[in-house]
Amino acid sequence: MLDVFVGTSNTITSIGFSTAEHVKRIKAGQIGISIYPGGDLWPTPVPLSLIDSQRLLDLFREHLSKGKPDLQLDSFTRSEMLHILSISDVLKNSGVDIRDSRTLIILSTLKGNMDLLKKDRLPAIEPDRVYLWKWGEFLGSFFNSSNKPLVVSNACASGLLATLIGSRLIKAGRYDHVIAAGGDILTEFAVSGFQSFQSLSPKPCKPFDADRDGLSLGEGCGAIVLSRDHSLCGIPEKIVLAGGSCTNDAHHISGPLRTGEMFYVAIRKALREASLDPLDIDYISAHGTGTESYDETEAKALSWAGLEKVPVNSFKGYFGHTLGAAGIIESAIAIASMRNNELFRSAGFENPGTSDRINILTDHISREVNHCLKTASGFGGCNVAAVFKKI
Amino acid sequence: MELLITRHVKFQDRRVWLNGIVEHVSEAGSADKLFRSVYRYYDIDYPKFFKMDNLCKLAFLSAEGLLRGTDILQEYPGGEVAIILENASSSLEYDQKHVESIRDQNRYFPSPSVFVYTIPNIMVAEIAIRHKVKGENAVFIFEQFDPGLIYDYVSELFRNQQVSCCLSGWVECYGDHYQSLLFIIEQEDKIKRCKGLQEYVIFDTANMEKLFKGKSL
Repeated sequence: MLDVFVGTSNTITSIGFSTAEHVKRIKAGQIGISIYPGGDLWPTPVPLSLIDSQRLLDLFREHLSKGKPDLQLDSFTRSEMLHILSISDVLKNSGVDIRDSRTLIILSTLKGNMDLLKKDRLPAIEPDRVYLWKWGEFLGSFFNSSNKPLVVSNACASGLLATLIGSRLIKAGRYDHVIAAGGDILTEFAVSGFQSFQSLSPKPCKPFDADRDGLSLGEGCGAIVLSRDHSLCGIPEKIVLAGGSCTNDAHHISGPLRTGEMFYVAIRKALREASLDPLDIDYISAHGTGTESYDETEAKALSWAGLEKVPVNSFKGYFGHTLGAAGIIESAIAIASMRNNELFRSAGFENPGTSDRINILTDHISREVNHCLKTASGFGGCNVAAVFKKI
Repeated sequence: MELLITRHVKFQDRRVWLNGIVEHVSEAGSADKLFRSVYRYYDIDYPKFFKMDNLCKLAFLSAEGLLRGTDILQEYPGGEVAIILENASSSLEYDQKHVESIRDQNRYFPSPSVFVYTIPNIMVAEIAIRHKVKGENAVFIFEQFDPGLIYDYVSELFRNQQVSCCLSGWVECYGDHYQSLLFIIEQEDKIKRCKGLQEYVIFDTANMEKLFKGKSL
């Protein structure tokens, strides 16, 4: 059986512009969610996790000046800048050639360039980049990629699903290398939408906590290398994506099946494909949004799967729910945990608050991590589980 | 293991084709009128239909046309049936509707019943809920129907035994431009049903392209 190795990654959120910076900030306990005072994104104060715009522009300007000095800053959208920085970073740190016909970029997003629907669009940006395929094509042509990027849009499970799809297309022999990248910018579009659902907490989110009352939105982008050739992955450890599965609740368009049944089935199938028992899992990087229903369901699914004793955290307490980026960013940091054998406190968690008790990390701990389970779920009833394995 | 397309439905130009034969023609050209007319023709009673955006209505009706009068899905556990769809405009029509609802600070009414349809995979959920399909699911966004990706990805799902039956195809709707091609993929050796004279089509890129373009096979 062909192995698909996971390699170097990049992560951009409110707390940093690289995966290493995220690890450093998380270790220091830095929370990137803060109270947005009210303005263009939402009229009244609300906790959000926003990427530092000045630093983004500075880094992007520097990036253009080095590689493409003819291009103007104002011909790129915020989403495009983030994806270019993220993908460039993993290309720099790996041996994968993006122009190779055996390399594919997979992009995961909910809304791509949705800010172009507003009337104050920059004149240098063609309006049809609001189409996700066009947005993908633009990013692909920036990198002169042989293949047009594949765009996946499966709500909040998109990022982990994109990673799994990448691994499957490599296993199918269709490609040798995949850059799984994805992200969503924070716009009034998303904030008002989640507010209309009353999904946003008035405080920074508290995944799995007894007092949790909603999620915090986070802006984020990430990229991760997948390859059948470990020597091109850019990391010395051999970590493979050993199994994965995606299921649908077939229950409700915007809420989970609260028994956790189909979420559990995704986890069980992922473990089975990885040839692992629940007791083999050393660590779970959960979806853990901080909403009452999704956390309750996820805890139930993990418990059903016999994983209630395994240390688990959610990174959303640090930088919020990064939507299309979430599965990629959180996998990237989970893989850093595997490489360093250190697990991080689940920020925002104080007291158990789910009917099924699971083992939420309340401190940073050192622990040998050979097998990690990553989960995600989202609107549309989609559940995804993936297993990363050191070999 | 041979994979076959065992049934296919197409919505285009006011017409509905089932397995290549025109099954229904709507008099009016608009997407709304076609969907209403097909809903009546199929004689469905499903109140949730009226809450859906047009993209979901098209996905729902296409799946209905594909599955009504058959017991295909009863042959498979729900967890082994996949839904893998492609489209071009994602959910742009409702994206614009949501943007309109927040354009004016004095008439600021973002609504969950609009916002939920700004997520393209809700069309997968609407089919999944109606037909109790619980397996693998994904939505890919392409400028045009891309049978190559469907072939690669769906074949791999069958190969690694994640699925034993798959609903796949193209569901695109933006304004009055609508077009769908939805088909069922099954494994040759698992097809137990007596199909009479119905012809199966080998699941490959060329055949999907032909079905999409409407050329006879």
